[in-house]
Amino acid sequence: MNTTLATLAPRRFRPGFWTAVFVVLFLAFCAVAVIRYTKGLGAVTNLSDQFPWGLWIGFDLLCGVGLAAGAFTLTAVVHLFNLHRFEPIVRPTILTGFLGYAFVIVALLLDLGQPWRIWHAIIYWNTHSVMFEVAWCVMLYTTVLAVEFSPVVFEYFGFHTPAKVIHRLITPLVILGVLLSTLHQSSLGSLYLIVPSKLHPLWYSPMLPVQFYISAIGAGIGMVILESYLSKRAFHRHLEMDLLEPLARGMVMALGIFGLMRLQGIARNHAFGTITNLSYEGRMFLVEFALGVLLPVALMSFRRLRSNPDWLVGGAFLAVLGFVMNRLNVSITGMEAASGTRYLPSAMEITVSLGLVAIGMAVFAFAVRTFSVFPDGPVAGAKEPSGRS
Amino acid sequence: MGMGLLFDATRCIGCGACSSACKEQNKLPGKVEEALTAYTWTTVQEREGLNVRRLCMHCEVPTCASVCPVGALKKTPEGPVVYDAERCMGCRYCMMACPFEIPKYQWDRPVPVVGKCIMCAGRLKEGKPTACAEACPAEATIFGKKEDLIWEARTRIRQKPGAYVDHIYGLTEAGGTSVLMISNVPFEKLGLKSNLPGEPPAMKTWQVLSNIPDFVAVWAVFLYGVHWITARREEVAKATANGNGRNGQGHGREDRS
Repeated sequence: MNTTLATLAPRRFRPGFWTAVFVVLFLAFCAVAVIRYTKGLGAVTNLSDQFPWGLWIGFDLLCGVGLAAGAFTLTAVVHLFNLHRFEPIVRPTILTGFLGYAFVIVALLLDLGQPWRIWHAIIYWNTHSVMFEVAWCVMLYTTVLAVEFSPVVFEYFGFHTPAKVIHRLITPLVILGVLLSTLHQSSLGSLYLIVPSKLHPLWYSPMLPVQFYISAIGAGIGMVILESYLSKRAFHRHLEMDLLEPLARGMVMALGIFGLMRLQGIARNHAFGTITNLSYEGRMFLVEFALGVLLPVALMSFRRLRSNPDWLVGGAFLAVLGFVMNRLNVSITGMEAASGTRYLPSAMEITVSLGLVAIGMAVFAFAVRTFSVFPDGPVAGAKEPSGRS
Repeated sequence: MGMGLLFDATRCIGCGACSSACKEQNKLPGKVEEALTAYTWTTVQEREGLNVRRLCMHCEVPTCASVCPVGALKKTPEGPVVYDAERCMGCRYCMMACPFEIPKYQWDRPVPVVGKCIMCAGRLKEGKPTACAEACPAEATIFGKKEDLIWEARTRIRQKPGAYVDHIYGLTEAGGTSVLMISNVPFEKLGLKSNLPGEPPAMKTWQVLSNIPDFVAVWAVFLYGVHWITARREEVAKATANGNGRNGQGHGREDRS
């Protein structure tokens, strides 16, 4: 299929509808960045002294890192559990993971008040700070992901020795990656341990670090499935159902454990009353829990639905959506009451987040066209036969 | 225990001399604002017919100092929680975490820093009281050794039974603070947080962070163990398939698995 397409269609890149969307978002992103750096954070964001962390932390950082968790999960499955049949989807997952972390770092360069001092975390240490630990882990793990992906690039340029060296070192590299991921995925939850008097009892829990870790694994797997589906549509690849179906089983398990931990946390805080009285927080919780936990767990528990590509993608989408809602509820909804204000991201904040997602997808498309990310080599640049994708 | 401030809401006349003195001392631009901002480090608000000062409480175990990734905020032995603007990269975790919601940010500047009361740390070094305490005409804010201030507050509460709420705000809040307040109206009605734990919030994260070295060691061994077992199993399976692996190096007893 692929070879036929490659021979029929020109390999040359043909701009289409999505290219136009990308260009618009990219230019808007650049415009906002210029205003942000010349006029300050107040000029582009709805952040305030009452609400110092907004969409860029809630979505870009918390979701960006969490949704990249597929990379450490899958490298562990393949290289530590030695389930080599999953090998074909490891490379695109590592690429997605690396781009996810790059996305987070660029977002931080916009969100930090003085981003040119981001390296201060390297020279000024405060080991009592969760943020310090997150900074180091993100820095090191991004490097690990780059090294894990580098053989793909080395192969392209015909450098076989470095590729071989990395192949030799893959076990310690993967262990390092899993260690760093375990630490910072959970630490994103630990960031909120210090605000017991501010975070709403529907979301505050001493188990937040574990909740964040488990939910990242679930949503990370969801992203692997979604990414496979998007690649299928964009590059006319087949969906590796024999691999994705068992992964979805893992996703259900992670979501189930996460759901139980959430309920346990709420019971511990005696906060069920804030759900039943349908307060603002209660309604947000219901949407999050029904759409993001109950529904995907219920659907994906049936083998018949897991084995159907459409249902599988739907289930994965719900898991990712629920994950995003959970992180936004922890970082925004749950913090509003204590702050005494309402926070809604400004159009410019949303533009930056969307622009970054678009840049990430464009780089992914470029990488899979250029390098052997998928087992069958670089995908053909032809987009036109599908038209709608 | 260091130095501290005692604010008595029953004595404050709301003249605002403290806020003006603070602006002058710390060279803060603009007029004194209603609420705290990066340019107004202390202000007097009217609540329940009383005048209440807002300022950094200078915690004994400051949440802001514990969360700052670059250690830009520090508790000094003299009492003040000071801020090093040269280190700060602007993550604003201190603002998010502070139980008293004190640190504020320069949202209007392209090169912003955090603004908060530093208890005139420079003046303290010279043996002088804070600018606000010196400026106060009603002795509503007094400066001194924290233990003396606690004694003074207790005496005032004891001498006039019923004239004060029987609580010194800041004695236990968030693990205790260097700034203490007394009042004849419950503190939550004055806009002060009353739901703060007696244990410093920083302990909650330290419980997790201090376990990381042990956790890393155990998790690394576990992960390598998983790899070793699965790889070994594969090896054994291969050897078994190739005719019981007789040519091996004496691994025979594991062949049964």
